Amino acid sequence: MTEQAYNFAYLDEQTKRMIRRALLKALAVPGYQVPFASREMPMPYGWGTGGVQVTAACLTPEDRLKVIDQGADDTTNAVSIRKFFERTAEVETTEHTAEATVIQTRHRIPEQPLGEGQILVYQVPIPEPLRFLEPRETETRKMHALEEYGLMHVKLYEDIAHNGAISTAYAYPVKVEGRYVMDPSPIPKFDNPRLESAAIQLFGAGREQRIYALPPHTRVVSLDFEDHPFEASKADHDCDLCGCGTSYLDEVITDDAGGRMFVCSDTDFCASRQADGHRGALSPQEELA
Amino acid sequence: MMSADVMNGNVLTGGFADAPVQAARAFRAALEAMARPGRIETVEGAEAPGISTAAAVLLLTLCDRETPIHLAPGCDGAALKRWIAFHIGAPVVAAEEAMFALGGWQALKPLDRYRIGTAEYPDRSVMLIVEVESLESAGMKLTGPGIESEAALNLPEVEAFARNGLLFPLGWDCYFTAQDRLAALPRTTKVEAL
Repeated sequence: MTEQAYNFAYLDEQTKRMIRRALLKALAVPGYQVPFASREMPMPYGWGTGGVQVTAACLTPEDRLKVIDQGADDTTNAVSIRKFFERTAEVETTEHTAEATVIQTRHRIPEQPLGEGQILVYQVPIPEPLRFLEPRETETRKMHALEEYGLMHVKLYEDIAHNGAISTAYAYPVKVEGRYVMDPSPIPKFDNPRLESAAIQLFGAGREQRIYALPPHTRVVSLDFEDHPFEASKADHDCDLCGCGTSYLDEVITDDAGGRMFVCSDTDFCASRQADGHRGALSPQEELA
Repeated sequence: MMSADVMNGNVLTGGFADAPVQAARAFRAALEAMARPGRIETVEGAEAPGISTAAAVLLLTLCDRETPIHLAPGCDGAALKRWIAFHIGAPVVAAEEAMFALGGWQALKPLDRYRIGTAEYPDRSVMLIVEVESLESAGMKLTGPGIESEAALNLPEVEAFARNGLLFPLGWDCYFTAQDRLAALPRTTKVEAL
Protein backbone atom coordinates (compact mmCIF):
# COMPACT_ATOMS: atom_id res chain seq x y z
CA MET A 1 0.00 0.00 0.00
CA THR A 2 1.36 3.43 -0.86
CA GLU A 3 0.59 6.65 0.90
CA GLN A 4 0.10 9.25 -1.79
CA ALA A 5 -0.78 11.86 0.81
CA TYR A 6 2.86 12.06 1.89
CA ASN A 7 5.72 13.75 0.08
CA PHE A 8 8.38 11.36 -1.24
CA ALA A 9 10.28 10.00 1.79
CA TYR A 10 7.89 11.73 4.21
CA LEU A 11 9.80 14.96 4.89
CA ASP A 12 8.93 18.21 3.11
CA GLU A 13 11.45 19.55 0.59
CA GLN A 14 12.63 22.48 2.70
CA THR A 15 13.45 20.16 5.59
CA LYS A 16 15.33 17.82 3.27
CA ARG A 17 17.39 20.71 1.87
CA MET A 18 18.32 21.76 5.40
CA ILE A 19 19.39 18.21 6.29
CA ARG A 20 21.23 17.82 2.98
CA ARG A 21 23.25 20.99 3.57
CA ALA A 22 24.18 19.68 7.02
CA LEU A 23 25.22 16.33 5.52
CA LEU A 24 27.55 17.97 3.00
CA LYS A 25 29.24 20.07 5.70
CA ALA A 26 29.49 16.96 7.88
CA LEU A 27 31.37 15.18 5.08
CA ALA A 28 33.61 18.23 4.60
CA VAL A 29 34.62 18.25 8.29
CA PRO A 30 34.74 14.54 9.21
CA GLY A 31 33.81 13.80 12.82
CA TYR A 32 32.53 17.31 13.56
CA GLN A 33 28.92 17.47 14.80
CA VAL A 34 26.84 19.77 12.58
CA PRO A 35 23.76 21.21 14.31
CA PHE A 36 20.53 20.74 12.36
CA ALA A 37 16.88 21.61 12.94
CA SER A 38 15.66 18.12 13.73
CA ARG A 39 11.95 17.59 13.11
CA GLU A 40 9.34 15.71 15.06
CA MET A 41 8.95 12.33 13.41
CA PRO A 42 6.02 9.92 13.73
CA MET A 43 7.99 7.87 16.27
CA PRO A 44 9.36 8.69 19.71
CA TYR A 45 12.85 10.00 20.34
CA GLY A 46 15.16 7.07 20.97
CA TRP A 47 13.62 5.05 18.15
CA GLY A 48 15.89 6.39 15.46
CA THR A 49 14.40 9.78 14.57
CA GLY A 50 17.85 11.11 13.64
CA GLY A 51 18.67 8.13 11.46
CA VAL A 52 15.25 8.25 9.82
CA GLN A 53 15.69 11.92 8.90
CA VAL A 54 19.13 11.27 7.39
CA THR A 55 17.82 8.25 5.50
CA ALA A 56 14.83 10.27 4.23
CA ALA A 57 17.17 12.99 2.96
CA CYS A 58 19.34 10.45 1.10
CA LEU A 59 16.83 8.00 -0.37
CA THR A 60 16.07 7.89 -4.09
CA PRO A 61 13.33 5.74 -5.65
CA GLU A 62 16.05 3.43 -7.01
CA ASP A 63 17.43 2.55 -3.57
CA ARG A 64 17.18 -0.75 -1.78
CA LEU A 65 16.91 -0.19 1.96
CA LYS A 66 18.00 -2.45 4.79
CA VAL A 67 17.31 -1.60 8.42
CA ILE A 68 18.94 -3.37 11.35
CA ASP A 69 18.59 -3.08 15.09
CA GLN A 70 21.57 -4.54 17.01
CA GLY A 71 22.36 -6.52 13.86
CA ALA A 72 18.88 -7.99 13.49
CA ASP A 73 16.50 -7.32 10.59
CA ASP A 74 13.47 -8.69 12.40
CA THR A 75 13.14 -6.62 15.57
CA THR A 76 10.36 -4.08 16.14
CA ASN A 77 12.47 -0.99 15.47
CA ALA A 78 13.94 -2.37 12.25
CA VAL A 79 10.64 -3.70 10.94
CA SER A 80 8.73 -0.49 11.61
CA ILE A 81 11.34 1.79 10.03
CA ARG A 82 11.52 -0.49 6.98
CA LYS A 83 7.71 -0.39 6.66
CA PHE A 84 7.75 3.39 7.13
CA PHE A 85 9.93 3.86 4.07
CA GLU A 86 8.12 1.20 2.06
CA ARG A 87 4.98 3.29 2.53
CA THR A 88 6.33 6.82 2.27
CA ALA A 89 9.14 6.40 -0.29
CA GLU A 90 8.00 3.22 -2.06
CA VAL A 91 11.56 1.93 -2.05
CA GLU A 92 12.47 -1.73 -2.24
CA THR A 93 13.73 -3.25 0.98
CA THR A 94 16.01 -6.18 1.63
CA GLU A 95 17.56 -8.09 4.49
CA HIS A 96 20.72 -8.92 2.55
CA THR A 97 23.63 -6.64 3.32
CA ALA A 98 25.23 -7.06 -0.11
CA GLU A 99 22.03 -6.05 -1.95
CA ALA A 100 21.34 -2.91 0.07
CA THR A 101 22.32 0.56 -1.17
CA VAL A 102 21.24 2.32 2.03
CA ILE A 103 21.47 0.60 5.42
CA GLN A 104 20.06 2.25 8.52
CA THR A 105 21.51 0.75 11.66
CA ARG A 106 21.03 0.88 15.38
CA HIS A 107 24.22 -0.03 17.24
CA ARG A 108 25.95 -2.45 14.83
CA ILE A 109 28.03 -2.47 11.67
CA PRO A 110 27.14 -5.43 9.44
CA GLU A 111 29.70 -8.27 9.46
CA GLN A 112 30.03 -8.29 5.70
CA PRO A 113 32.35 -5.46 4.59
CA LEU A 114 30.49 -2.60 2.91
CA GLY A 115 31.61 -1.17 -0.39
CA GLU A 116 31.26 1.69 -2.81
CA GLY A 117 27.67 2.56 -3.62
CA GLN A 118 26.52 1.81 -0.08
CA ILE A 119 25.56 4.29 2.63
CA LEU A 120 25.44 3.31 6.29
CA VAL A 121 23.17 5.54 8.40
CA TYR A 122 23.61 5.31 12.17
CA GLN A 123 20.97 6.11 14.76
CA VAL A 124 22.73 8.06 17.48
CA PRO A 125 21.36 8.67 21.00
CA ILE A 126 24.11 10.94 22.45
CA PRO A 127 26.40 12.31 19.73
CA GLU A 128 28.73 14.15 22.10
CA PRO A 129 31.54 11.81 23.26
CA LEU A 130 32.42 14.24 26.06
CA ARG A 131 28.86 14.64 27.36
CA PHE A 132 29.16 12.33 30.35
CA LEU A 133 32.40 14.05 31.33
CA GLU A 134 31.16 17.61 30.82
CA PRO A 135 27.39 18.21 30.73
CA ARG A 136 27.51 21.78 29.36
CA GLU A 137 27.22 22.06 25.58
CA THR A 138 28.97 25.46 25.67
CA GLU A 139 32.00 23.77 27.26
CA THR A 140 32.16 20.65 25.09
CA ARG A 141 31.90 22.83 21.98
CA LYS A 142 34.87 24.84 23.22
CA MET A 143 36.78 21.65 23.98
CA HIS A 144 36.30 20.45 20.38
CA ALA A 145 37.29 23.88 19.07
CA LEU A 146 40.51 23.83 21.12
CA GLU A 147 41.12 20.14 20.44
CA GLU A 148 41.17 19.73 24.22
CA TYR A 149 40.60 16.01 24.70
CA GLY A 150 42.66 15.41 27.83
CA LEU A 151 39.54 14.66 29.84
CA MET A 152 38.71 11.69 27.61
CA HIS A 153 42.14 10.19 28.18
CA VAL A 154 41.73 10.71 31.93
CA LYS A 155 38.48 8.77 31.75
CA LEU A 156 40.13 5.88 29.90
CA TYR A 157 43.06 6.01 32.32
CA GLU A 158 40.70 5.82 35.31
CA ASP A 159 39.11 2.79 33.68
CA ILE A 160 42.52 1.13 33.70
CA ALA A 161 43.29 2.28 37.27
CA HIS A 162 39.99 0.82 38.55
CA ASN A 163 39.62 -2.26 36.40
CA GLY A 164 43.06 -3.05 35.05
CA ALA A 165 41.81 -2.55 31.52
CA ILE A 166 39.71 -0.08 29.52
CA SER A 167 36.22 -1.27 30.42
CA THR A 168 34.40 0.86 27.85
CA ALA A 169 32.79 -1.83 25.70
CA TYR A 170 30.51 0.17 23.40
CA ALA A 171 30.37 3.76 22.10
CA TYR A 172 34.15 3.57 22.31
CA PRO A 173 35.57 7.01 21.39
CA VAL A 174 37.56 7.44 18.19
CA LYS A 175 39.68 10.19 16.70
CA VAL A 176 38.88 11.10 13.11
CA GLU A 177 41.68 12.14 10.73
CA GLY A 178 43.75 13.17 13.74
CA ARG A 179 41.38 16.00 14.65
CA TYR A 180 37.89 15.45 16.11
CA VAL A 181 37.07 12.94 18.83
CA MET A 182 33.82 11.29 17.80
CA ASP A 183 31.24 8.99 19.36
CA PRO A 184 30.73 6.12 16.90
CA SER A 185 27.23 5.61 18.43
CA PRO A 186 26.74 2.67 20.81
CA ILE A 187 28.26 0.05 18.51
CA PRO A 188 30.31 -2.59 20.34
CA LYS A 189 34.01 -1.73 20.27
CA PHE A 190 34.38 -4.95 18.25
CA ASP A 191 32.97 -2.92 15.32
CA ASN A 192 35.37 0.02 15.69
CA PRO A 193 37.99 -1.23 13.19
CA ARG A 194 35.25 -1.37 10.54
CA LEU A 195 34.61 2.38 10.87
CA GLU A 196 37.35 2.65 8.24
CA SER A 197 35.18 1.64 5.33
CA ALA A 198 34.71 2.04 1.59
CA ALA A 199 31.09 3.08 2.21
CA ILE A 200 29.78 6.52 3.19
CA GLN A 201 28.87 6.61 6.89
CA LEU A 202 26.35 9.17 8.15
CA PHE A 203 25.29 9.68 11.77
CA GLY A 204 21.98 11.24 12.82
CA ALA A 205 20.98 12.23 16.36
CA GLY A 206 17.36 13.42 16.32
CA ARG A 207 16.76 14.50 19.89
CA GLU A 208 20.21 16.09 20.17
CA GLN A 209 19.88 17.68 16.70
CA ARG A 210 23.30 16.74 15.38
CA ILE A 211 24.56 15.19 12.15
CA TYR A 212 28.10 13.97 11.52
CA ALA A 213 29.81 11.83 8.94
CA LEU A 214 32.77 9.76 7.84
CA PRO A 215 33.67 9.88 4.15
CA PRO A 216 34.97 6.57 2.72
CA HIS A 217 38.56 5.63 3.62
CA THR A 218 38.72 8.20 6.43
CA ARG A 219 41.33 7.51 9.11
CA VAL A 220 39.53 6.49 12.31
CA VAL A 221 41.63 5.60 15.36
CA SER A 222 40.20 4.18 18.59
CA LEU A 223 41.70 6.04 21.54
CA ASP A 224 44.12 4.01 23.63
CA PHE A 225 47.49 4.01 25.39
CA GLU A 226 50.80 2.54 24.23
CA ASP A 227 50.83 0.07 27.12
CA HIS A 228 47.08 -0.59 26.90
CA PRO A 229 46.40 -0.82 23.19
CA PHE A 230 42.86 -0.89 21.86
CA GLU A 231 41.40 -4.37 21.55
CA ALA A 232 38.26 -5.22 19.54
CA SER A 233 36.85 -7.79 21.92
CA LYS A 234 33.93 -10.19 21.61
CA ALA A 235 32.51 -13.13 23.58
CA ASP A 236 35.08 -15.92 23.59
CA HIS A 237 32.86 -18.44 21.83
CA ASP A 238 31.70 -19.61 18.40
CA CYS A 239 28.20 -18.98 17.09
CA ASP A 240 26.00 -21.88 18.22
CA LEU A 241 23.94 -21.75 15.03
CA CYS A 242 26.46 -21.19 12.22
CA GLY A 243 29.75 -22.00 13.95
CA CYS A 244 31.39 -18.71 12.99
CA GLY A 245 34.34 -17.94 15.25
CA THR A 246 34.95 -14.35 14.17
CA SER A 247 31.53 -12.65 14.28
CA TYR A 248 30.09 -10.52 17.09
CA LEU A 249 27.85 -12.62 19.35
CA ASP A 250 24.69 -12.10 21.37
CA GLU A 251 24.27 -14.15 24.53
CA VAL A 252 20.80 -15.70 24.69
CA ILE A 253 19.43 -17.11 27.95
CA THR A 254 17.61 -20.33 27.12
CA ASP A 255 16.16 -21.49 30.46
CA ASP A 256 16.09 -20.58 34.16
CA ALA A 257 18.86 -23.01 35.10
CA GLY A 258 21.82 -21.11 33.70
CA GLY A 259 21.44 -22.45 30.15
CA ARG A 260 22.59 -20.07 27.43
CA MET A 261 23.73 -19.95 23.87
CA PHE A 262 25.75 -17.57 21.74
CA VAL A 263 24.48 -16.53 18.33
CA CYS A 264 25.66 -14.03 15.71
CA SER A 265 24.14 -10.63 16.34
CA ASP A 266 24.05 -10.05 12.55
CA THR A 267 21.02 -12.16 11.55
CA ASP A 268 21.60 -11.88 7.80
CA PHE A 269 25.23 -12.96 8.17
CA CYS A 270 24.24 -15.95 10.32
CA ALA A 271 21.37 -17.02 8.06
CA SER A 272 23.57 -16.80 4.94
CA ARG A 273 26.19 -18.99 6.58
CA GLN A 274 23.58 -21.54 7.63
CA ALA A 275 22.18 -21.53 4.11
CA ASP A 276 25.72 -22.32 2.91
CA GLY A 277 25.73 -25.40 5.14
CA HIS A 278 27.64 -24.10 8.16
CA ARG A 279 26.45 -25.50 11.47
CA GLY A 280 27.07 -24.64 15.12
CA ALA A 281 27.12 -26.65 18.34
CA LEU A 282 23.41 -26.16 19.06
CA SER A 283 22.05 -26.34 15.50
CA PRO A 284 18.96 -28.52 15.25
CA GLN A 285 19.79 -32.09 14.25
CA GLU A 286 19.32 -32.57 10.53
CA GLU A 287 17.01 -35.37 9.51
CA LEU A 288 18.91 -38.35 8.21
CA ALA A 289 18.06 -39.37 4.70
CA MET B 1 20.97 22.05 -24.04
CA MET B 2 19.26 25.16 -22.90
CA SER B 3 15.69 25.48 -24.12
CA ALA B 4 14.63 28.50 -26.15
CA ASP B 5 12.34 29.53 -23.31
CA VAL B 6 15.10 29.96 -20.80
CA MET B 7 17.39 31.56 -23.36
CA ASN B 8 14.70 34.12 -24.08
CA GLY B 9 14.47 35.01 -20.45
CA ASN B 10 11.35 33.08 -19.51
CA VAL B 11 12.41 32.54 -15.93
CA LEU B 12 9.32 30.54 -15.02
CA THR B 13 10.71 27.40 -16.69
CA GLY B 14 13.82 25.38 -16.01
CA GLY B 15 12.91 24.09 -12.56
CA PHE B 16 12.42 20.46 -11.55
CA ALA B 17 9.32 18.85 -13.04
CA ASP B 18 9.07 16.40 -10.12
CA ALA B 19 10.98 18.15 -7.34
CA PRO B 20 11.00 15.51 -4.56
CA VAL B 21 12.37 12.75 -6.79
CA GLN B 22 14.66 14.83 -8.99
CA ALA B 23 16.11 16.65 -5.99
CA ALA B 24 16.68 13.29 -4.28
CA ARG B 25 18.63 11.94 -7.26
CA ALA B 26 20.56 15.19 -7.61
CA PHE B 27 21.45 15.21 -3.93
CA ARG B 28 22.72 11.63 -4.10
CA ALA B 29 25.04 12.69 -6.90
CA ALA B 30 26.15 15.72 -4.85
CA LEU B 31 26.63 13.54 -1.76
CA GLU B 32 28.71 10.94 -3.63
CA ALA B 33 30.78 13.74 -5.15
CA MET B 34 31.46 15.39 -1.77
CA ALA B 35 32.19 12.05 -0.09
CA ARG B 36 34.62 11.04 -2.85
CA PRO B 37 36.51 14.19 -3.88
CA GLY B 38 37.37 14.26 -7.55
CA ARG B 39 34.61 11.87 -8.58
CA ILE B 40 32.59 13.27 -11.49
CA GLU B 41 28.83 12.79 -11.29
CA THR B 42 26.17 13.56 -13.90
CA VAL B 43 22.93 15.32 -13.00
CA GLU B 44 19.85 16.49 -14.91
CA GLY B 45 16.54 18.22 -14.71
CA ALA B 46 17.16 21.96 -14.37
CA GLU B 47 18.28 24.86 -16.50
CA ALA B 48 18.80 28.48 -15.58
CA PRO B 49 19.81 31.43 -17.75
CA GLY B 50 23.55 31.67 -18.30
CA ILE B 51 24.74 28.86 -16.02
CA SER B 52 25.38 25.15 -16.46
CA THR B 53 22.76 22.49 -15.87
CA ALA B 54 24.83 21.12 -13.00
CA ALA B 55 25.00 24.51 -11.27
CA ALA B 56 21.25 25.03 -11.71
CA VAL B 57 20.59 21.55 -10.28
CA LEU B 58 22.79 22.27 -7.26
CA LEU B 59 21.04 25.58 -6.59
CA LEU B 60 17.60 23.97 -6.78
CA THR B 61 18.67 21.03 -4.61
CA LEU B 62 20.52 22.88 -1.87
CA CYS B 63 19.32 26.48 -1.77
CA ASP B 64 16.14 28.13 -0.55
CA ARG B 65 15.05 31.31 1.20
CA GLU B 66 17.32 30.44 4.14
CA THR B 67 20.54 30.44 2.10
CA PRO B 68 21.98 33.80 1.00
CA ILE B 69 23.70 33.43 -2.39
CA HIS B 70 26.51 35.52 -3.83
CA LEU B 71 26.61 35.83 -7.60
CA ALA B 72 30.07 36.63 -8.92
CA PRO B 73 30.55 38.88 -11.97
CA GLY B 74 29.58 36.98 -15.11
CA CYS B 75 26.88 35.04 -13.24
CA ASP B 76 25.00 38.05 -11.93
CA GLY B 77 22.73 38.80 -14.87
CA ALA B 78 19.18 40.07 -14.36
CA ALA B 79 17.67 36.92 -15.90
CA LEU B 80 19.49 34.61 -13.47
CA LYS B 81 18.51 36.81 -10.52
CA ARG B 82 14.88 36.58 -11.62
CA TRP B 83 15.20 32.81 -12.06
CA ILE B 84 16.62 32.47 -8.54
CA ALA B 85 13.92 34.73 -7.12
CA PHE B 86 11.18 32.64 -8.72
CA HIS B 87 12.49 29.10 -8.23
CA ILE B 88 14.53 29.40 -5.05
CA GLY B 89 13.68 32.63 -3.25
CA ALA B 90 17.20 33.00 -1.89
CA PRO B 91 18.45 36.50 -1.11
CA VAL B 92 21.34 37.61 -3.34
CA VAL B 93 24.05 39.07 -1.09
CA ALA B 94 27.68 40.23 -0.90
CA ALA B 95 30.44 37.63 -0.76
CA GLU B 96 31.02 38.15 2.95
CA GLU B 97 27.48 37.10 3.89
CA ALA B 98 26.96 34.24 1.48
CA MET B 99 26.30 30.58 2.32
CA PHE B 100 26.64 29.76 -1.39
CA ALA B 101 28.63 31.59 -4.05
CA LEU B 102 28.35 30.98 -7.77
CA GLY B 103 30.71 32.01 -10.53
CA GLY B 104 33.85 31.34 -12.52
CA TRP B 105 37.08 30.72 -10.60
CA GLN B 106 38.63 34.12 -11.31
CA ALA B 107 35.33 35.93 -10.81
CA LEU B 108 34.85 34.42 -7.36
CA LYS B 109 38.20 35.80 -6.16
CA PRO B 110 39.44 37.12 -3.77
CA LEU B 111 38.59 33.99 -1.80
CA ASP B 112 39.46 35.40 1.61
CA ARG B 113 36.21 37.38 1.55
CA TYR B 114 34.06 34.32 2.13
CA ARG B 115 32.89 32.86 5.39
CA ILE B 116 35.12 30.05 6.64
CA GLY B 117 33.19 29.20 9.79
CA THR B 118 34.31 29.73 13.37
CA ALA B 119 36.39 27.53 15.65
CA GLU B 120 33.23 26.35 17.39
CA TYR B 121 31.09 26.14 14.24
CA PRO B 122 33.33 25.30 11.27
CA ASP B 123 30.20 24.32 9.31
CA ARG B 124 29.13 27.97 9.03
CA SER B 125 31.19 28.43 5.91
CA VAL B 126 30.53 29.11 2.26
CA MET B 127 29.95 26.50 -0.42
CA LEU B 128 31.50 27.74 -3.66
CA ILE B 129 29.90 26.58 -6.90
CA VAL B 130 32.61 27.09 -9.49
CA GLU B 131 31.66 27.10 -13.15
CA VAL B 132 34.42 25.60 -15.30
CA GLU B 133 34.80 24.80 -19.01
CA SER B 134 35.08 21.06 -18.53
CA LEU B 135 35.75 18.41 -15.90
CA GLU B 136 38.21 15.59 -16.37
CA SER B 137 39.84 13.10 -14.04
CA ALA B 138 43.29 14.40 -14.90
CA GLY B 139 45.57 17.22 -13.88
CA MET B 140 45.99 17.80 -10.17
CA LYS B 141 46.55 14.95 -7.72
CA LEU B 142 44.04 14.71 -4.88
CA THR B 143 44.51 12.88 -1.58
CA GLY B 144 42.64 12.89 1.72
CA PRO B 145 39.43 11.60 3.32
CA GLY B 146 37.12 9.99 0.77
CA ILE B 147 39.98 8.95 -1.49
CA GLU B 148 41.43 5.44 -1.18
CA SER B 149 44.88 6.17 -2.62
CA GLU B 150 44.69 9.15 -4.93
CA ALA B 151 42.33 10.83 -7.40
CA ALA B 152 42.83 13.38 -10.16
CA LEU B 153 40.86 16.42 -11.30
CA ASN B 154 41.58 19.34 -13.61
CA LEU B 155 41.61 22.22 -11.13
CA PRO B 156 42.42 25.84 -11.95
CA GLU B 157 45.34 26.07 -9.50
CA VAL B 158 47.02 24.55 -6.43
CA GLU B 159 47.81 27.45 -4.16
CA ALA B 160 44.30 28.50 -3.14
CA PHE B 161 43.50 24.95 -2.02
CA ALA B 162 46.74 24.66 -0.07
CA ARG B 163 45.97 27.89 1.76
CA ASN B 164 42.40 26.73 2.43
CA GLY B 165 43.75 23.45 3.79
CA LEU B 166 45.88 25.31 6.33
CA LEU B 167 42.71 26.75 7.85
CA PHE B 168 41.33 23.30 8.73
CA PRO B 169 38.92 22.65 10.40
CA LEU B 170 37.80 26.03 9.05
CA GLY B 171 37.66 26.77 5.35
CA TRP B 172 35.39 26.77 2.32
CA ASP B 173 34.23 23.79 0.30
CA CYS B 174 33.45 23.77 -3.38
CA TYR B 175 31.66 22.13 -6.24
CA PHE B 176 32.94 22.40 -9.77
CA THR B 177 30.30 22.38 -12.47
CA ALA B 178 30.51 22.00 -16.24
CA GLN B 179 27.49 21.24 -18.44
CA ASP B 180 25.63 18.42 -16.68
CA ARG B 181 28.67 17.22 -14.69
CA LEU B 182 29.85 18.09 -11.21
CA ALA B 183 32.70 17.24 -8.87
CA ALA B 184 33.40 18.38 -5.32
CA LEU B 185 36.42 19.40 -3.30
CA PRO B 186 35.93 19.62 0.46
CA ARG B 187 38.44 21.54 2.60
CA THR B 188 40.11 18.27 3.67
CA THR B 189 41.41 17.37 0.21
CA LYS B 190 45.10 17.92 -0.42
CA VAL B 191 45.82 19.18 -3.93
CA GLU B 192 49.21 18.75 -5.60
CA ALA B 193 50.43 19.45 -9.11
CA LEU B 194 51.47 16.28 -10.90
